[in-house]
Amino acid sequence: MRVLAAMSGGVDSAVAAARAVAAGHDVVGVHLALSAEPGTLRTGSRGCCSKEDAGDARRAADVLGIPFYVWDFADRFKEDVIDDFVASYAAGETPNPCLRCNEKIKFAALADRAIALGFDAVATGHYAQLENGVLRRAVDADKDQSYVLGVLTAEQLSRAMFPVGDTPKDRIREEAADRGLAVANKPDSHDICFIPSGDTRAFLGARIGVRPGSVVDADSGEVLAEHEGVHGFTIGQRKGLGVQGPAADGQPRYVTSIEPDTGTVRVGSARNLEVHAITADRAVWTSGSTPTGPLECTVQVRAHGGLAEAVAEAVDGGISISLREPLTGVAKGQAVVLYRTDPAGDIVLGSGTISGTDARPNTQ
Amino acid sequence: MTSARSADHPVYLDHAATTPMVPAAVRAMTDIFTTVGNASSLHGSGRAARRRIEEARESIAADLGARPSEVIFTSGGTESDNLAVKGIFWARRDADPDRVRILASSVEHHAVLDAVEWLEKHEGAQVTWLPVDELGRVSPQTLRDELAVHADETALVTIMWANNEVGTIMPITELAAVAAEFGVPMHSDAVQAVTHIPVDFAASGLSALSIAAHKVGGPQGVGALLLGRQVPCVPLLHGGGHERDLRSGTPDTAGVVGMAAALRDTTADLDSRATELTVLRDRLIERVGETVPDAVLNGPLGSARLPGNAHFTFPGCEGDSLLMLLDAAGIECSTGSACTAGVARPSHVLTAMGVDSATARGSLRFSFGHTSTVADVDAVIAALPQVVERARAAGLAGVGARGGDR
Repeated sequence: MRVLAAMSGGVDSAVAAARAVAAGHDVVGVHLALSAEPGTLRTGSRGCCSKEDAGDARRAADVLGIPFYVWDFADRFKEDVIDDFVASYAAGETPNPCLRCNEKIKFAALADRAIALGFDAVATGHYAQLENGVLRRAVDADKDQSYVLGVLTAEQLSRAMFPVGDTPKDRIREEAADRGLAVANKPDSHDICFIPSGDTRAFLGARIGVRPGSVVDADSGEVLAEHEGVHGFTIGQRKGLGVQGPAADGQPRYVTSIEPDTGTVRVGSARNLEVHAITADRAVWTSGSTPTGPLECTVQVRAHGGLAEAVAEAVDGGISISLREPLTGVAKGQAVVLYRTDPAGDIVLGSGTISGTDARPNTQ
Repeated sequence: MTSARSADHPVYLDHAATTPMVPAAVRAMTDIFTTVGNASSLHGSGRAARRRIEEARESIAADLGARPSEVIFTSGGTESDNLAVKGIFWARRDADPDRVRILASSVEHHAVLDAVEWLEKHEGAQVTWLPVDELGRVSPQTLRDELAVHADETALVTIMWANNEVGTIMPITELAAVAAEFGVPMHSDAVQAVTHIPVDFAASGLSALSIAAHKVGGPQGVGALLLGRQVPCVPLLHGGGHERDLRSGTPDTAGVVGMAAALRDTTADLDSRATELTVLRDRLIERVGETVPDAVLNGPLGSARLPGNAHFTFPGCEGDSLLMLLDAAGIECSTGSACTAGVARPSHVLTAMGVDSATARGSLRFSFGHTSTVADVDAVIAALPQVVERARAAGLAGVGARGGDR
């Protein structure tokens, strides 16, 4: 097969490319330049497409003996990922930009171009297992990224390869060293790639501006503080609320709801966070066919943690989910990914974007 | 992606990026590599190195219509451009603090563009970007109009002799005459012009002119700034003042000897070589027009264009895609300009010429040189229809259609 290896400059995508080469595929490496500001390229700042990362990817490709190019996807990335990220926060939601990048860039814009140019598949360094259209959690549970791939359609998965998902991360690093890849010990990236400072609130403030509102006690309705915009908050957040003094009951307060229209952020105790039902829109069914009837599954509502047994049902292009046990910190804008437990690795059934939550169980 | 490539013998049509060394330069340098001598040393070996460097200086001066004392050896075109732009700016501003303006064409190479922008950001330079017409030329009248208003406050004018992307040759002698009339020094980046069209420093009326050895069949990493003896200039590099106190650092003896040998070799038969390159260029332009009818040639035709340059826009295609497909087919060209990260961005040259940035992305530069043949042109023409068709499909897939929307 002709395989386009998306190479970020990190160790995982380098080994993914190496494994594609070792499997006998005809591999070309491509690094995506995603920064909208050429200045950040020149100044070599940290981020998704710093000179250093592009250089690391290039050197890995050299070692593998494959052609290598840098493709400029900055405009698409800004439009589909960064603007979406900002708009979602402004609307009181908590977006996941990595997931959006997979959905709109890597396995859409990039894959579309790759297929048109004669490639058969796009290989990335994501930790997930994919075989015959079945997407499973990675062998390395700590590194599993099936959640951020849960938005991919059957068609998108049909042209994807995740060569490192069957191996623990520490083995991948050893393999990189064995293969002579200089990125073997490069630290993992954790930040949102387009916010190299790590200061998401400042990044959003610079783009959304000041939209003042109140922090209100969820029970009493008392105004506890003023804030500069709902984009500074996410459901379940405990720190940085700007609230003086403890709650009446002495328990910590959490953000329990965000109302973008009025700018109201409600805070309450942990029990106010408990959610028993979730509605989601933009449903994707990984197998390509929409299930009929209730579906026993495990749901995951954020990139790390947030797991619960549930019953899900497809409803009008969305998903209605009843949780068998309550979850906390369930934020609109995050994906809910549905899994079926399987000894060979839990299988991704589908996903949706969380559009509503209910503290009471669904009455079905 | 059918590959007609022989990995060892790609069709190399990127001579504007760098061109193979001519045998005379290889021989000259090989001889030097077996010798020892620092040109600053006072003993016999040092004197021998000094002699080789000075002979190279005289040879280069003779080939480019300059005095030997006007030849400042540098590490290449980028350093020459930086030395001219920054050095003349600083010196002229030092003499008169009101002289802080730079008039620069809007199609300069990044070596000039970035140096000018750096001065604007860090040294308080006021910059006037001189517009170009749709073929990429600065008109002498435009320069005259600007200088009529700003001459007293202008530190220097910098306008390239020939454009590296679209091959447009500037009316440099007329422009230099206008600058001279107002008493303002003018620098020209002639990196792409030298050995392709006649360049005579004295006759040009320029104050400073940049060249790079590797564009003329010499080695990479060496170049020269031709700088008029009366032109004030502050050095970038300090530490010994080896080159007329304007550039420090032990001269690269082999490099400058190789540059001199290459220039001698390629300027000697400039006319016949230019004619040969023009034939290849025009054949490519004609055949591309036949095989890809909607391809657009950027820049002028005929003698207003560098003999070895052909630059096209292929509507609906991404330059990245075209380049990769051609590379896979064994044909090596360029998207026009590449920044250090290797990212193709819409070219500032094309946008200055009035091309919209989306269209500018679908551009390719083919540049011919002394090893090019008719077979190279024919290989491009054989590969191009399929490549363009595929890149066009990919262009629509990757940019126009909204993959993944639900």
